[in-house]
Amino acid sequence: MIDLTTTTAFTGLPLTIGRVTLTAFDPGPVTSVAPYPGRDLSRALAPLAFPQPGAISEAAGLRLVWAGRDLAFLMGGPAPDLTGLAATTDQTDGWAWLTLAGRDAVAVLARLCPLDLRAAAFPPGRSARSLVGHMQAIVIRTGPEAFELAVFRSMAGSLLHDLTGAMRGVAARRAL
Amino acid sequence: MRLSCPCCGPRDRREFTYYGAADYLDRPAPDAGLDAWDSYLHLRDNPAGPTRDLWYHDPCQSWLQVERDTVTHAIHSVAPVAGRRA
Repeated sequence: MIDLTTTTAFTGLPLTIGRVTLTAFDPGPVTSVAPYPGRDLSRALAPLAFPQPGAISEAAGLRLVWAGRDLAFLMGGPAPDLTGLAATTDQTDGWAWLTLAGRDAVAVLARLCPLDLRAAAFPPGRSARSLVGHMQAIVIRTGPEAFELAVFRSMAGSLLHDLTGAMRGVAARRAL
Repeated sequence: MRLSCPCCGPRDRREFTYYGAADYLDRPAPDAGLDAWDSYLHLRDNPAGPTRDLWYHDPCQSWLQVERDTVTHAIHSVAPVAGRRA
């Protein structure tokens, strides 16, 4: 099989405005895992575990990120054989990923996303499905001031546009 | 307005889509007759007080049955539709 070169869906990144930086990143192969009703995936997925809502299971360079009701995204490597246990679909080229990090990351994201972003409600190591602007998104908190965001790849330009506007707004308030 | 998704916890109204009365969950049998189907498709109560609605939580793709009060705007319960008829 020909190994194609991955290119980012974003143009103009990395981008720093004020105290926040946007960076495109390549999560590696991404596969959605949707277990069939009543099946036990624990042996097939070990050492990973199918995540509870909002959780992330991490092992051996792979991440299994909760991504919806009875749905998780396996990121960072190929999926194990789950024939008969779960529906798996390659999502690698379906989503555009970026990191939003910096001291005002929460303030920027709060302008676009209705999630409760306080550390008590959404601590590092948690994932959520929510909205960013008008887009359905996956939001993963990787640190107190760092997030990974993913939207459908066709919406990468809109995400960048919305985030850039929010970053400019937060930076402008800082400059007052 | 906030709804508590059984999956995700309390979330903002913007994440939800209203579908209609929860009557849609009680689909009549195929041979139930014209009156039952007419009622199922077209006839809705317009209560001042407790009502049952269907809402969709777009981010996590859950259908929800919401009991709320149209007078006080209180949300009494939010339950997943999935697993209702296991």
